[in-house]
Amino acid sequence: MSDPASLSATVAGADAMAPALSGPRGPKPRRRFSRRNVFIYGTLIVVALYYLLPLYVMIVTSLKGMPEIRLGNIFAPPVEITFQPWVKAWAEACTGLNCDGLSRGFWNSVRITVPSVILSIAIASVNGYALANWRFKGADMFFTILIFGAFIPYQVMLYPLVILLREMGIYGTLTGLVLVHSIFGMPILTLLFRNYFTSLPEELFKAARVDGAGFWQIYLQIMLPMSLPIFVVAMILQVTGIWNDFLFGVVYTKPDLYPMTVQLNNIVNSVQGVKEYNVNMAATLLTGLVPLVIYFVSGKLFVRGIAAGAVKG
Amino acid sequence: MAATRPIRLFRNLTAKIAAIPMILTALVVFVGGTAWTVTYSFTSSKLLPRTKFVGLDQYERLWATPRWLVSIENLLIYGVCMMVLSLVLGFLLAALLDQKIRYENTFRTILLYPFALSFIVTGLVWQWLLNPDFGIQSVIHRLGWESFDFNPLYNADIVIFGVLIAGLWQGSGLVMCLMLAGLRGIDQEIWKASRVDGIPAWKTYIFIIIPMMRPVFITTLVIIASGIVRLYDLIVAQTGGGPGIASDVPAKYVYDYMFQGQNLGQGFAASTMMLLAVLVVVIPWAYLEFGGKKRV
Repeated sequence: MSDPASLSATVAGADAMAPALSGPRGPKPRRRFSRRNVFIYGTLIVVALYYLLPLYVMIVTSLKGMPEIRLGNIFAPPVEITFQPWVKAWAEACTGLNCDGLSRGFWNSVRITVPSVILSIAIASVNGYALANWRFKGADMFFTILIFGAFIPYQVMLYPLVILLREMGIYGTLTGLVLVHSIFGMPILTLLFRNYFTSLPEELFKAARVDGAGFWQIYLQIMLPMSLPIFVVAMILQVTGIWNDFLFGVVYTKPDLYPMTVQLNNIVNSVQGVKEYNVNMAATLLTGLVPLVIYFVSGKLFVRGIAAGAVKG
Repeated sequence: MAATRPIRLFRNLTAKIAAIPMILTALVVFVGGTAWTVTYSFTSSKLLPRTKFVGLDQYERLWATPRWLVSIENLLIYGVCMMVLSLVLGFLLAALLDQKIRYENTFRTILLYPFALSFIVTGLVWQWLLNPDFGIQSVIHRLGWESFDFNPLYNADIVIFGVLIAGLWQGSGLVMCLMLAGLRGIDQEIWKASRVDGIPAWKTYIFIIIPMMRPVFITTLVIIASGIVRLYDLIVAQTGGGPGIASDVPAKYVYDYMFQGQNLGQGFAASTMMLLAVLVVVIPWAYLEFGGKKRV
């Protein structure tokens, strides 16, 4: 059909992307244009393009109309840009009987993420502080169990938690899910805070004790103000982690409380109806937008978060 | 530490009270929950947990179920490929980024961004890219290579590799970051010494740098491995376990039996097997890492 046209359009699209991706190429000023540099930058640019490809395809697909998708090439930029898929994904897409779009899932996710992040960080920072500065008998043992717990597959603990939450009367509610997120976020966050508080000079703590400050006073007036960066790191870690969660959302909530990821999966993988790929991609992008924005805004802190979470300091 | 501050029962009372959530989580959820599931895996629980013990019956049935065998096979293929490929890819990319290049931050940001996305988003994007009618395959057909056949999502034999591509795209940036941190931890003097001795760079990497980075490699492997065992969301989003049961994995098996098949006993037995697999990886690692010396 319109092969040459769409092809040249692809090339134009790639050209338009190139400067944003790679910036000025070539060797450093003081180095010669060596074969080594060409190899390094060439490889990196190719790899970077490969990594960016899915994001690019998501964006262009979500801006096309269905007829254009059926006829065209997925890599081609949209001929006629339409925001209709985004509107539909946000406000009209159906899951089961509800047809109010992803907005419901979005607000559910917000209502899950905000309290979960606050509660889990509050608990874990106090834990980490107690472990670092107020070592009591048995503290190390509980901490070791907690860290080992991070490796236990969630599937092992899913059902006992269902029973526990049911006994407490909060199974299927947002409160229950918030509690679950706080529990499973605890190992990594406690580790993060413990390592951070251990790295602070102990003299500070001792001086405060000599001056007669107690557990909470030292925590609130000395430790908290000194550890804002680590709180930000923990927040990034938790917001992305909880926003991206699927398993707990599907196990511990009911359909009208499903978080965004679960609702997205139900919309895209629903069997009935004609597949609207542009709406699907718009919905997928919408769901990925929150963690992506956090990632691109936070930059180095995000890296620090995963490094601190992954490699024990 | 403990010697300088004599411990009395009430002295740290506030700290103990403050640590109650941690203690409860550790004991009730992690220890208690695990023990509960393991215990009930020996019962004939169906719709509701029951305490009628049937010995190893559930495990015998589990290992006689084709679906479980398929999911184990998938996990093994995915796991081995994922570990090897993401380590190799992650290390090579980290080594490239470590050549004192310009725009290192830009490249790193691009390589890591998929890690910020959820497995659901990852799975759905790759489902679209691998769509046989509109995706990569059809684009290559239109370019004139009509016989090109790459349709993993609808081919039971290779579906797990379709998932692997998505998994690698999402996870290799993390490995690259960990490796880069490891490379930065290497003393620059070593590079100088090897240059003085005239050893080529690739030899320095293979015989000096990589052996020195052994702890980083081991930690990274443990992280990748514990992620692999949890593989669930990606499968649900990208293939739904299909075609048929061809891309099933243990985590999905457990979920389906526990919450949809109303066969709790099977779910418990399968999840206990998952726990066992994790212990086989984690215990030797913990022994290497913390055994012998006191914790740091």
